[in-house]
Amino acid sequence: MFGIYTLGGDAQAAVLIGIVLLEAIVLYVGYGLLESALARRVIDLVRGL
Amino acid sequence: MEVFGIAVELLAMFTGFGLLIGILFGFFGMGGSFLVTPALLVMGYDANVAVGSGLAFVFGTSVIATLKHRDLGQVDYKLGVLMIAGTTGGIEVGKIGLEHLQELGLAGSVVSIAYVLLLGSIGAFVTYTALKGGGGLSHDVEETDDADDIPPIARTIQSYNVPPMISIRGGFTVSLWMVLGVAFATGLLSGFLGVGGGFIRMPALFYLVGVPVPVAVGTDLFEIVFSGGIGSFLYAQSGAVDLSIVAPLLAGSALGARIGAGATSLVNEDDIKVYFGVMLLLGAIAVAVRQVGGYLGIEVFDVVSLVIILGAALLVSGAVLVTSIRELRAETPAADTTIVD
Repeated sequence: MFGIYTLGGDAQAAVLIGIVLLEAIVLYVGYGLLESALARRVIDLVRGL
Repeated sequence: MEVFGIAVELLAMFTGFGLLIGILFGFFGMGGSFLVTPALLVMGYDANVAVGSGLAFVFGTSVIATLKHRDLGQVDYKLGVLMIAGTTGGIEVGKIGLEHLQELGLAGSVVSIAYVLLLGSIGAFVTYTALKGGGGLSHDVEETDDADDIPPIARTIQSYNVPPMISIRGGFTVSLWMVLGVAFATGLLSGFLGVGGGFIRMPALFYLVGVPVPVAVGTDLFEIVFSGGIGSFLYAQSGAVDLSIVAPLLAGSALGARIGAGATSLVNEDDIKVYFGVMLLLGAIAVAVRQVGGYLGIEVFDVVSLVIILGAALLVSGAVLVTSIRELRAETPAADTTIVD
């Protein structure tokens, strides 16, 4: 995936962990924005308002 | 159909599984490698890939959940750093003990039995206190000024005024040596059992040190960022971290962790604690079933073990969701201060 498995030991490990960390931060920010935009509607929907 | 060379069905399955795990992880601060690694093993992945990918997933999920708990003011960094120091020492000693057992050829069975006993006893204790209605578990960080909210063992530990004393979020002080002692003991078990240790540390922080549950969860997650990061890096060096597993799991769990962490502000843990205890008990049974299956050479026991683990996870995450929805419906709209922060 993404050609990173062609890298050697330490470099491959660092890139892999970096990708996971980056994905985690992007997901945190992305879902955060989504929550800000949609949470009120979802809560109202759950309450049946 | 494939995305980045991965079958869409596989992506959907891992994302859904991640969502389930994320809810548990965000709410309880545990349930990552404990659930992922056995599932990957039963799916036929090599043991090193299952463990390495599980650790990388735990690392990513704990980063997200820690950020969320930090936003809610539920991470005690000073306590976290002290716990990391104590736990690291304990893990090293635990590893030495494990290596000694490996030389004797007893490691596999001793670890499994210890795992079952520990998981089972913690599960039984949590279930017992939940059914008894005691324990004072609360998700309100500031409520622990009331001595009745602190477990008796924690009150005893807090009463030992061995300097230096440190203040902990929640409004109380405890001896530095007591914190390091608890951290070392949990690290010892973690290193001996070869697990992340969230299911040990989180109850230990609450029951032994008296840290409020939300701070115990947030601080435990903060610690897992470091232990998960180092562990997954070590496995990634030998190519044992598979991004096609980790990436979709993380995408699902990020959403689940947000829901789980948000639910901590909605749900009184007394309503859920019994499910948490039962999940630990079922986890112990699942490990025992797998061990018996391995001893008897019956492969179907692995599948039974996985079904028990997944069923327990589904039960508890479902309970968190249902209780959250009930609480939301019971609230008046004007009183809403919950997950929209």
